[in-house]
Amino acid sequence: MNRVVLVDDHQMFRTGVKAELGPSIEIVGEAGDVDEAVTVIKAAKPDVVLLDVHLPGGGGIEVLRRLHGTVPSRFLALSVSDAAEDVIGVVRGGARGYVTKTISGPELTDAVARVADGDAVFSPRLAGFVLDAFAASDVPAVDPELDQITQRERDVLRLIARGYAYKEIAKELFISVKTVETHVSSVLRKLQLSNRHELSRWAAARRLV
Amino acid sequence: MAGVRRLERGADGRLLAGVARGLAGHLGVDVLVVRLAFVLASIAGGLGVAAYGAFWVLVPREERPPARLDAREWGQLAAYAAMTVLLSAVSWGAGIVQAALWPFIVGGVGVAILWQQADREQRQRWVLPLRQMWLRSLFGLLLVIGGIAGFIARQLDGGEARFVVLASLIILTGVSVILTPWVVRLWQDLDAERQERVRSQERAELAAHIHDSVLHTLTLIQRNAADPREVQRLARSQERTLRTWLYQPRADPDLTFAAAIREAAGEVEDLHGVAIEIVVVGDTALDDALSATVQAAREAMVNAAKYSGVAPVSVYAEVEPDAVHVFVRDRGKGFAMDDVPSDRMGVRQSIIGRMERNGGSATVRTAPGEGTEVRLESRRA
Repeated sequence: MNRVVLVDDHQMFRTGVKAELGPSIEIVGEAGDVDEAVTVIKAAKPDVVLLDVHLPGGGGIEVLRRLHGTVPSRFLALSVSDAAEDVIGVVRGGARGYVTKTISGPELTDAVARVADGDAVFSPRLAGFVLDAFAASDVPAVDPELDQITQRERDVLRLIARGYAYKEIAKELFISVKTVETHVSSVLRKLQLSNRHELSRWAAARRLV
Repeated sequence: MAGVRRLERGADGRLLAGVARGLAGHLGVDVLVVRLAFVLASIAGGLGVAAYGAFWVLVPREERPPARLDAREWGQLAAYAAMTVLLSAVSWGAGIVQAALWPFIVGGVGVAILWQQADREQRQRWVLPLRQMWLRSLFGLLLVIGGIAGFIARQLDGGEARFVVLASLIILTGVSVILTPWVVRLWQDLDAERQERVRSQERAELAAHIHDSVLHTLTLIQRNAADPREVQRLARSQERTLRTWLYQPRADPDLTFAAAIREAAGEVEDLHGVAIEIVVVGDTALDDALSATVQAAREAMVNAAKYSGVAPVSVYAEVEPDAVHVFVRDRGKGFAMDDVPSDRMGVRQSIIGRMERNGGSATVRTAPGEGTEVRLESRRA
């Protein structure tokens, strides 16, 4: 049973999500803006927070900033937005994944479980953004461990972008689902920590950071 | 416009009336600089006190309750007060010769602090116009000083002259202190008005756009409420248009590969009412081979939309230095390649044939119940 707090400024959307989430999820709190979210999350200490990217009072990124290190909860970003800077911004702010609001109930339930287990959740769109950001180039990496993604990680991201589920990726690459998860988590870590020149330039071009 | 804040007396972190805090916020400098300026001006003939009073009276209070209630730090206030008193005691005691130096000290300290706070780019911005104009400025300054000096030298002897210069400086500063808030406010009002005009223009443009597209679609959706397929098609199509309008830079579909394949996906979505999730990485100019690739991908999307029976269709396109790949995938019922009648043009001609004619290749991976994935590859010269 995963305890979840729902943060979104649209009451209608919260109601919809609550109705769609499976029985393995217990909603322990809801919030409609940044201040409320910080209070509710601090009080409820949920396993997972479903966090809207666009929120009154500074957006999801502000919630992440103010809660940084104070609660054990993990965050999954949820958005209708297509803008790369919003998505990468919230992931670099500490969210463990990003899904669009068009996601189906069962898929969202699955994503929540994955995030609760400490794994990362990449939608095809996020995978596309990351491939774009880490696109191969001649620029030498400052920190090779953080500033480049491996060929295997690239393969996994490509399959996610192609619409493959983790299980399908595992089958395609002859590896276990666990290994797929490890690769994705590793990419998430790099995305959050890398100061790669290209990444910052890419982000700057999209008015990020 | 978040850049320049309106001049208001600050509610948070104030020591006295929030004048320095407000000015600091408005000018975008550290509050310390403003406070030191006030202290130094107070020593030089008490101008700082007068200016502070004027600001206190003339500048409106920030219309926001203070966020922190413990706001005032008495220790800091005491430090500023002590500094003022001590420094003025020094200058009083030292007599008029040193007093004449004070404006330079004030100016020097101010400039030093500002300089130290500014980043490289800002310094460049300050210095460049100065370099271009320094001759003229220097000339003007010399004229002014020369004029005053000449006037005074004629009328008075040395000791008195110094006093007159000092007095007129004080008067000038006083006048500007009195007038500045008024001028600043006038300027702010003008600025606010201009911003308001820009904003209302933006609002009008937004309203026009929403009227033309969104309201139109909503009407259509109401009319077609009984037909869920049509409603979904309308909603998807409107969503796509709005997204493009909001987030994507204007790109000509005739010019770049990414724009072209996105457009193709949009058309298929509209025609067949099936959601297509498209991800494009990288971009390049469109040539004949890539146009053919887009056409083939479009055909694959149409097939997936028509025959798979399952939404969504995933499209992934990647532009790499040596090749362009497109994957069109559905999780639908799939088919056995051998069962496709040889007269059916779709897969063989429109996709595989078209790619091969243009120096590329296409492979179809499918099996009954396994979904279908079409992989297109176009080598780049």
